[in-house]
Amino acid sequence: MGCGMVGAELAALLDSEENQVTILDLDPDRFERLPPTFKGEALIGDGTEEEELERAGVREADAFVALTEEDNRNILAAQTARHIYKVPRVLCRIYDPARSELYEELGLDTFSPTRIVAHLLRQKLVG
Amino acid sequence: MYIVIVGGGRAGHSLAKTLLEEEHEVLVVDKEDQVCEEINEELGSICEVGDGCDTAVLLEAGVERADMFVAITGSDEDNLVACQLAKHRFRVPRTVARVNNPNHEPLFKELGIDITVSSINLVLEQIEHEVPNHFLTHLVSLDNARLEMVQVKIPEGSAVVGRNVGQIDLPSGALITLLLRGGRPPQKPDEDTVLEAGDEVVVVINRESEDALRQALTQEPAPEAEAEGE
Repeated sequence: MGCGMVGAELAALLDSEENQVTILDLDPDRFERLPPTFKGEALIGDGTEEEELERAGVREADAFVALTEEDNRNILAAQTARHIYKVPRVLCRIYDPARSELYEELGLDTFSPTRIVAHLLRQKLVG
Repeated sequence: MYIVIVGGGRAGHSLAKTLLEEEHEVLVVDKEDQVCEEINEELGSICEVGDGCDTAVLLEAGVERADMFVAITGSDEDNLVACQLAKHRFRVPRTVARVNNPNHEPLFKELGIDITVSSINLVLEQIEHEVPNHFLTHLVSLDNARLEMVQVKIPEGSAVVGRNVGQIDLPSGALITLLLRGGRPPQKPDEDTVLEAGDEVVVVINRESEDALRQALTQEPAPEAEAEGE
C-alpha cells in the first residue's frame, strides 16, 4: 500500500524475486515509478477501505506492507490487515518515533525511518 | 470529569459546549488555528492548536489525568490513533471514537476503543424506527461477546402469532427480555406468554443471529398443505 519511492522500489524488488505483488495507490501517476519489467498488479485504491483491500486480494496475502506518507493511514490499514484479515506478516511504516514505539508494544511490526536514519547518521558521525 | 476532545469541527464544537454546560472540564485539540479561535471566542480558552496524535501535544493537554477522551474528527485513522494513544500510552479509562466509515467499526471495537459512534449507523437506526414495514430495529450494541439488543415488531400473519414464547424456535442464545403491547406497561414474558400481532419484543442476540431472529419472528407460516398437494 503506497507507491512512493520506497513502495515502488520494494514492489519491483519482490516482483523480480518471483513473488506475486499487488501495489495500491490513490494516485495512478505514481505507478510510473514502477519499472517496465514489473509483472505484478497496480491498483488504484484506498488501502484504509476494506473493500479495496479485498479487491487487492488481502484475504490470500502472505504479507502486507503499509508505506503511505501518512502514519495514521498506515496504522489503520496495517491493523485492518492484521486483525480483520489475519495476514501472517504485516509491516507498517510510522515516521513518528513515539507512535512507532506504541504500536510496536501493541504487537504491530513497525519501523520508523526517522529513528533509523537518525541512528545511521549518529553512527557515521561518532562511529 | 475532565474530558479531552480531539477535533473542533461542528461535532466537537457542539459536544464541548454541551459538556461545559454540564459543568465538566473540557479541553479541545484541533490542528486548525481558525477552528480554535472560533471555539475560544465562543466558549472561553478551552481549545489548543495541535495534532491530537502527537504524544507531546497530548501530554501538554493533560491527557494523563483525563477521565474521558473523545476523538471526533472527520478522519477515522486520526480518531483511531488518537484513542489508542490515549488508552495505551496515557491510560485514559474511557475512550470514544467517531467512526465516519461504518465498515471500520468492528476494527475499532476489536482494538479496544471503549465506545464507537457512527453517525451513519445512527441515522440508519433512526430511519429504521420511522419506516413502518421495518420489523427489526437495533437498540444498542452490548460491549462484550458481540451481543446486541434489538426490538422486533410481530407483524400480522407472522407464524408466531397465537403461540407461546416457549414454542418459538429462536436462534440459539436469543433471549426475549421484554414485551411491549399497546400502551400497556412493559412485561417480562415467560414461556407461557402468548404473542399477538402488533406486539413488540426486545431481544438480546448474537449479532450473527439477527437474520435468523427476523425470520423466526416475522415470517408467515410455511404453506405446508399446499406444498404437499403439489
